[in-house]
Amino acid sequence: MKPKTPSKLEKILADGHLAVTSECGPPRGSDPEVIIKKADMIKDHVDAINITDNQTSVTRMCSLAACIHLKLKGLEPVLQMVTRDRNRIALQSDILGAASFDINNILCLSGDHQSFGDCSKGQNVHDIDSMQLIQTVRHMRDEGKFLGGDDIKRPPKMFVGAAANPFADPFEIRVPRLAKKVAAGVEFIQTQCIYNLDKFEEWMKMVCDRGLHEKVHILAGMTPMKNAGMARYMKNRVPGMDVPDEVVKRLADTPKEKQSEEGIKICIEAIQRLKEVQGVRGFHIMAIEWEEKVPEIVEAAGLYPRPEVD
Amino acid sequence: MIVADKKPIEEIIEEIKDKEKVLILGCNECVTVCEAGGKKEVGVLSSALRMYFLSQGREVRIDERTLERQCDHEYLEEVRDVIDQYDAVVSLACGVGVQFMAEKYHTTPVFPGVNTCFMGVTEERGVWSERCQGCGECILARTAGICPVSRCAKRILNGPCGGSTNGKCEINSELDCAWQLIIDRLKALGKLDDYEKITPIKDWSTERAGGPRKIVREDVQQ
Repeated sequence: MKPKTPSKLEKILADGHLAVTSECGPPRGSDPEVIIKKADMIKDHVDAINITDNQTSVTRMCSLAACIHLKLKGLEPVLQMVTRDRNRIALQSDILGAASFDINNILCLSGDHQSFGDCSKGQNVHDIDSMQLIQTVRHMRDEGKFLGGDDIKRPPKMFVGAAANPFADPFEIRVPRLAKKVAAGVEFIQTQCIYNLDKFEEWMKMVCDRGLHEKVHILAGMTPMKNAGMARYMKNRVPGMDVPDEVVKRLADTPKEKQSEEGIKICIEAIQRLKEVQGVRGFHIMAIEWEEKVPEIVEAAGLYPRPEVD
Repeated sequence: MIVADKKPIEEIIEEIKDKEKVLILGCNECVTVCEAGGKKEVGVLSSALRMYFLSQGREVRIDERTLERQCDHEYLEEVRDVIDQYDAVVSLACGVGVQFMAEKYHTTPVFPGVNTCFMGVTEERGVWSERCQGCGECILARTAGICPVSRCAKRILNGPCGGSTNGKCEINSELDCAWQLIIDRLKALGKLDDYEKITPIKDWSTERAGGPRKIVREDVQQ
């Protein structure tokens, strides 16, 4: 797959390296130093940094502004954009705004339902869905046109990503759903956090059987557990999450003061195992409010130093 | 049908507490079927209001009536000769009926007696659920007869989202995931391959996005 955009992430993947991305959540305030500080902790250990878009529907600094802060520091942001809060006018407009700062990566998402957040009485938009957002960005980039048909002067040059949850139900359409996103034009995938490695490998095998791994770069999602409580919470409370009992037990059987270390160890072991899985082209390490641990994970998993590309 | 739910009586009392002659006006259609605004509910509400005003030492005349429909001129006309006797009407029809009543009787205050909720079905006695949002451009042919616009919390046209768990929606473990239902039915119809057809961006101008809607049918006009 030859690069079609100036995205550094795309180049690294096209060169055949295992890519490493991570994410930072913007602050619940207007201090730019928060996001810059988080990014500084991880910048030498990852190829690109996702900026979440009002994740879990909690109002925060906007993803686009936070991406701009990173871009101005010379970093490579991935603009996460959900269809929950913006209609097609706002989405296209924000894409152009991002492109004006040469933000070259976008992750197309539908977004958590607003009932989870701090504005549970608000409306949602969902004028288009994440599948159609993929189509929209590709249309703007490749055809150089707005959805309305008019020409775009200096179209956005964005590497287009989406999420995939190998564990969400119904399992039988999880691969067809990926195929659908590929048909819509997605170029990279960052998966939901993986704890059930067997089930993920089963999914990857089906992905490869359909040849989808040759059409899309799949980055395996990793989130280290801080303690047994977090594992239980993820298992029982987070929709679409598959945390096997043995993971919870392994953490619960570890003395409290050693649990975070054990969580990191589990994460590193998972990366090392999944590095060998056909079709896995990199890792998306989401260390939620634990960004300082990303360098340690990347190094211990044998993913450091990061490759240089032009 | 249009499904409505009862309004808390305190809200209704708040609207009519200063009135002296009030007509409680039911509707014999949808709100009767969903047991929110038919003859029976008119009776129950009227009794409760009479008891309330009695307990307050107030003499308020509460009359009861139920029309065949409140969304058609001919039935609403049936109260024309008595409407001036009242200083307020509490309509237990859906929001459509309340408004049509207000439009027709310009100087009579009309208050809603129910909360109008959705277009839906009776799943069983006492349980109603939504099926349609009247988007004006039906896509049921491509979604196996199950509507993601009305039944998916994110009205995702190419679902399911990552929040579908054990066939239920991420927002409520009691709520079926519309896309699970669509997929189950595609399977039952032997058409699971259709799942991979991408539903294109929808034209929402036929929905509320296009402003208040109106249908003019010359073929049925007199």
